Amino acid sequence: MDAIRISNLTKYYGKSRGISELNLKIKEGEFFGFIGPNGAGKSTTIRTLLGLISPTSGSAQIFGKDIKKEREKILQNIGYLPSEAVFYPGMKVKEVLTLSADMRKMNCLDAAKKLCERLQLDTNRKVDELSFGNRKKVAIVCALQSNPRLLILDEPTGGLDPLMQREFFDILRERNHAGTTIFLSSHVLSEIQRNCTRAAIIREGKIIICDSVDVLAQTNAKRITIHGSVNLDGLKGICDKKEIGGAVSFLYSGDIKVLLQRLAAGGVSDLSILEPDLEEIFLHYYEKEGYRA
Amino acid sequence: MTIVKHELRQGRTSFLIWTCAIGFLLTVCIFLFPEMKSEMGEINDLFASMGSFTAAFGMDRLNFGTLMGYYAVECGNILGLGGAFYSAFCAVNILSKEEKGRTAEFMLTHPVSRVRIITEKLTAVLLQISGMNLIIYVLSVISMLIIGEEIPWKELCLLHLAYYLLQMELAGICFCISAFIRKGSIGAGLGIAAITYFLNIIANITEKAKFLKYVTPFGYCEGADIVTEGSLDGTKIGIGLAMGVIGIIIAYRKYAKKDIY
Repeated sequence: MDAIRISNLTKYYGKSRGISELNLKIKEGEFFGFIGPNGAGKSTTIRTLLGLISPTSGSAQIFGKDIKKEREKILQNIGYLPSEAVFYPGMKVKEVLTLSADMRKMNCLDAAKKLCERLQLDTNRKVDELSFGNRKKVAIVCALQSNPRLLILDEPTGGLDPLMQREFFDILRERNHAGTTIFLSSHVLSEIQRNCTRAAIIREGKIIICDSVDVLAQTNAKRITIHGSVNLDGLKGICDKKEIGGAVSFLYSGDIKVLLQRLAAGGVSDLSILEPDLEEIFLHYYEKEGYRA
Repeated sequence: MTIVKHELRQGRTSFLIWTCAIGFLLTVCIFLFPEMKSEMGEINDLFASMGSFTAAFGMDRLNFGTLMGYYAVECGNILGLGGAFYSAFCAVNILSKEEKGRTAEFMLTHPVSRVRIITEKLTAVLLQISGMNLIIYVLSVISMLIIGEEIPWKELCLLHLAYYLLQMELAGICFCISAFIRKGSIGAGLGIAAITYFLNIIANITEKAKFLKYVTPFGYCEGADIVTEGSLDGTKIGIGLAMGVIGIIIAYRKYAKKDIY
């Protein structure tokens, strides 16, 4: 069953483009990454799925239910973690968690207690007094305590220290293994690469590619780093060339024999040839011209 | 009723402040009545020399020597204006504050329909206004009993009912505004309350502006009319409540489909 099915979803804010004819399918149980820089349409997509904004055209279903017609039933199955966690002033953490559970007509005390222990969250503190990271933890517990079928996470790790990020992703992996579908929107590509099975890249409101993370990361290009002096003039297939600490680093997608001839003719003191990471792939998807991984 | 309870908890500080402030001022005024009563000859002469100013506040048709004449003017100024401000403040903020305070993502991503959110928020507003009016009514009655005056129950109840309806009408209109705007809502609400108050003063001063009595809810709260006629003006109240109800209906229609940012 598809957890999320988006068909030609379009949202315009007046004349400004939010998303344009977006198509996406996410199967139940997937750990899905949604990648794109600010303004690409990630938040618009999420807000439309959650019913916060109405689409201009197109449709979307979550667990087979239409987002416009069955919003309430859909939200019963969704835990949402916003990029910026804001709560009502004057409330204690435990009051926020109870309010969230009450609005779902659920008793989530046990689940909330376990999550707060794992995330080291003091429930007796007022939300106004919390740091950005601790407010994020409150939002995480709110999203997870009802054990929803689908988790929609918008830039979830902002403000969390590395240890908490690790704990958070451990929790997410546990939930995913238990069957929860996870939709992770992020521009931290290492998070996507480490955790997601599939990912989509969104640019200017359109999905430009959607595939498994392994396939996305696969490319015939290599990241070449050379210490020493080599004449690279006129060599075809070079891009993203940069000089770092006396070394030259570039992505190479040309004929490897030609490169090896140039290296042999030059004075190379050290050489590394690596697979490019997802971040580099992503940057190339964002280049309008030139190399395409 | 989760959202009703949440809203009542969120609004309890302002409820206490407004109720205490209006209740205190009204109580002080009632306790000042015995002293005023003894100096009434001079006061009536003073008001008689103030021309249209007395008409503006309806004091030309009220006898300050009676508790109800005195209370109708003071009540108009304190409960009328204070209650109008409080009801406008409550209602104009109740929907818009979610976007302004950026809590909309929390409230509207839970499995609660927009219609239920609007209904529970409206209920919370009406409960707060009703609670304030009830407390102030009880405080007034107790204060009148303490100063030993005979209570003119009918006029007192009519006055308080008129101001309660005024607040309900303003709440309905401001609730409508709250569904549309995201920022500056409090200023808009208090501005409307103040404008309607001054429209009534203008209507009292000049005959040409008498039609404004049908526009402003203060038109059916005129203490002089209520005390002298012993009844409320059904037409004005009907128009007023219709405006409030229309405001609420528009708020439902707008907020149920509004894009929330």
